[in-house]
Amino acid sequence: MINLAISVGQTQTPEAFLFWFLAPLTVAAALGMLLVKKAVHSAILMASVMINLAIFYIAQDALFLGIVQIVVYTGAVMMLFLFILMLVGVDSSDSLTETIAGLRPIAITAAVGFGGLLVSLIGRASIGRDAVGLESANAGGNVKELAKLLFSTYVWPFEVVSALLITAALGAMVLAHHQRIQLRPTQRQLSTERFRGSSLANAAGLPGPGVFARHNAVDVPALLPDGTPAANSINATLEARGDMLNSGVFELGKVDTSAGEEA
Amino acid sequence: MDAANYLYLSALLFTIGAVGVVVRRNAIVVFMCVELMLNAANLAFVTFSRINGDLNGQVIAFFTMVVAACEVVVGLAIIVTIYRSRRSASVDDASLLKR
Amino acid sequence: MTTSTSLVYLIALPLFGATVLLLAGRRADKWGHILGTAMSASAFAVGVYQLTQMLGRTNESRPVTQKLFEWISVGSFNVDAGLMLDQLSICFVLLITGVGTLIHIYSISYMSHDHDRRRFFAYLNLFIAAMLLLVLGNSYLNLYVGWEGVGLASYLLIGFWNQKPAYATASKKAFVMNRIGDMGLSFAIMIAFATLGTVSFDGVKAASEHASTAALTAIGIMLLVAATGKSAQFPLQAWLGDAMAGPTPVSALIHAATMVTAGVYLITRSNFIFDAAPTAQLLVVIVGAITLLFGALIGTAKDDIKKALAASTMSQIGYMILGAGLGPVGYAFAIMHLLTHGFFKAGMFLGAGSVMHGMNDEVNMRKYGALRKYMPITFATFGLGYLAILGVPPFAGFYSKDKIIETAFNAGGNKGIILGIVTLLGAGITAFYMTRVMILTFTGKSRWDDEVHPHESPLLMWLPMAILAVGSVTSGFLLSNGDALVNWLAPLFAEHGEHAERLQPMVVSLLALAVVAVGIAIAFFKYSRQEVLAIAPENVSVFTKIARQDLMQDKFNEAVFMRPGQLLTSALVKTDEAVIDGAVRGVGQMALGSGSVLRGIQTGFVRSYAALILVGAALLIAAIWMVTQ
Repeated sequence: MINLAISVGQTQTPEAFLFWFLAPLTVAAALGMLLVKKAVHSAILMASVMINLAIFYIAQDALFLGIVQIVVYTGAVMMLFLFILMLVGVDSSDSLTETIAGLRPIAITAAVGFGGLLVSLIGRASIGRDAVGLESANAGGNVKELAKLLFSTYVWPFEVVSALLITAALGAMVLAHHQRIQLRPTQRQLSTERFRGSSLANAAGLPGPGVFARHNAVDVPALLPDGTPAANSINATLEARGDMLNSGVFELGKVDTSAGEEA
Repeated sequence: MDAANYLYLSALLFTIGAVGVVVRRNAIVVFMCVELMLNAANLAFVTFSRINGDLNGQVIAFFTMVVAACEVVVGLAIIVTIYRSRRSASVDDASLLKR
Repeated sequence: MTTSTSLVYLIALPLFGATVLLLAGRRADKWGHILGTAMSASAFAVGVYQLTQMLGRTNESRPVTQKLFEWISVGSFNVDAGLMLDQLSICFVLLITGVGTLIHIYSISYMSHDHDRRRFFAYLNLFIAAMLLLVLGNSYLNLYVGWEGVGLASYLLIGFWNQKPAYATASKKAFVMNRIGDMGLSFAIMIAFATLGTVSFDGVKAASEHASTAALTAIGIMLLVAATGKSAQFPLQAWLGDAMAGPTPVSALIHAATMVTAGVYLITRSNFIFDAAPTAQLLVVIVGAITLLFGALIGTAKDDIKKALAASTMSQIGYMILGAGLGPVGYAFAIMHLLTHGFFKAGMFLGAGSVMHGMNDEVNMRKYGALRKYMPITFATFGLGYLAILGVPPFAGFYSKDKIIETAFNAGGNKGIILGIVTLLGAGITAFYMTRVMILTFTGKSRWDDEVHPHESPLLMWLPMAILAVGSVTSGFLLSNGDALVNWLAPLFAEHGEHAERLQPMVVSLLALAVVAVGIAIAFFKYSRQEVLAIAPENVSVFTKIARQDLMQDKFNEAVFMRPGQLLTSALVKTDEAVIDGAVRGVGQMALGSGSVLRGIQTGFVRSYAALILVGAALLIAAIWMVTQ
């Protein structure tokens, strides 16, 4: 794949083919990121955009960056995103309905204007300019030449960036560190709280889902004695995803119970 | 092929990322959109490097990646912290500045 | 000029006392008065040491200076906080610390029943420190600090018993009227800086030789305003009578011997300005002449012993101001009268305090009478002071007051004749009202109530009175023997040519004595031969009524300044509310309105802010697009 990309980049037509093949895919993936509902899907699409970009880097004689893009970005950073997604879980924030009135039209208008003007400006600036190409700059190999620059001209920023990385790592540790401000409740305390609380409703634990003898799936709320569905018998994640069935149809009196007697 | 095409692509991706920051409510998705904008900028830098025929653009892109990595680390830590205290990853829930 | 490092102790010692006494609070109640007196006495010791040092030097090298620190340094404007002790300052230093220490001692006993005695001593120390700073400062700005300091101390001490509303009002009145004078001083300093570019005494003196007469006249008039405020001169004299609300030692120290003479010091210190500004100098003389008659007339009608003495103080300071206004020939005599007056008036005030002490704080002289038998020492010391103020030879006043009268007569032209007659008349009226005080208080039949048991004051009280009485007797002779004080001060003042003597000193003395004798005689016939009523008679002439009301000074102030002032302020308040507040509120309303409109943007949602950033970025790109076309 890498060799292919390099060879494609060095010839005119194959590069154009590569570009026109991958660019629409990239844009589509980016747009998809915006439009899909689930964050996990967004993350997958984002990863695909990143891999496409890595290919573009390699095609433009930026071999080192292309590799870094795949290894560091797609490999490490995106996995970090996924990891956090797992940690945070699913909730109503995934919904695509807009809650702030007028925000979406404003954003889209501004974005269209912004993008259009930017494209127009690029067009104006780059007309009649041919790319110099990196053949001479990369004469000693891309990685070697980059290293030369990094450790000579850019050595000071390089060192500063290392300090930034350390600071960021420490900052993340501090932020993520959770300090208990009160003692963890003991079993005895929990038990006391359960039975001496204002209500005994939860003393025996939350109701299990499913409608006894009729439907025992986890996506159906249990029915309370008065016939209403017990909302807290369902896992909140299922509820957030919308994967919840209506238990009203299993209410006593609504269900046709005559079938059993027939047999 | 005209190298400017990459620039157009970069502008497009950047715009999409910007819209994403505004319209999505899940903090993690918003964050990914920010990453998309950074990546779009990196693409532009790499293209500039090619157009100008020296590697400075690639070095800048390299630094951008490092800084972006830092940003991701801290940003995600903030999201986790907010989630821990508010039980929500929605950026709209963290609107205490108004009240 | 010699420098010294010990000048600062003069101020630092009493200031230290005041600080300790004020900060220590009730804990210092037991020993506060001792510390205060010790501090004052040690300042006196430093003063005496400085005098001995000074006596050992020649005329030119007598002034000593001490730079404390660089105070203000802005561009070309440099003021150091510095002290200067010269022949003039040392007179004041010794008077302030000497009389001050005696009055501290007196107060130990006088205030012994007051549970706030420690605070009283703290204020006294504060006053001593401020007054010393006033006379030791080497520039008008340093003087100003002391000037304000004594104003503050005076305010605190007049209102020492501020639980009585009338006393609190009196202190406020004194403070406010002093502010007018203080404003004059600050204007003088500003004009001096604007026109002469410096505010130090030396600098102003050097610059005044080339300065325009107009500028110097302006400075002089402003200094005169300052002096009238602090020294209770016409037209800012009304506060002094009310200032008698303070404890009697305060009246003796501040409102007789020292602070009220600060105006005389200021004019004498600024002699180079007044010598070069004849108009201002003439105004000084006029103010002095008016006040000396004014005060004397008020004194004739007062039944309150302290207020009678206050009126007398006003009148005597009028003499000093008049003397200082007569130019180089008069400065030394003004200072001499100031020093002798410091002795005999302080002594008489302490005597009055002693009488009040024995009479359950009664101040109405009509309720005294026949106290000679009960308070022999007070009678003796008061009597010596009485003889001194009258100018009977060989008592102190004879040497100082007659010199001023003589100098006034010799001022030349009609001015000399008028001033001479005024001063002579003043001497006569002084004799009248002082005799009246003596007769009403110490002779005749007793008129006090049955529950009063007059008694002589304790040692701590009569000892200072006795020392001051000795001063009243001898100071005049000592200071004028061989023109001691005149020669001592001569290096500070301009040379003055010999005036053609219109009247021989002997003639002036005889004239003055004759007038004094007439005054005594009238008082004697009016108060000793006739029955004195314990209650002031109401069917008196209109002149007496006016004099009883301090010659309508309060009514005048009320009608001319207070009422229009109130009208002006209420008009200004209305304007302020309508125009300025209106504008301010309008701005506020505008900000509120625009704020409530703009608040819509501040939703608190990160995403709406991001959208705004996006819009802004789009506009920015649009701008770049337009520009790069």
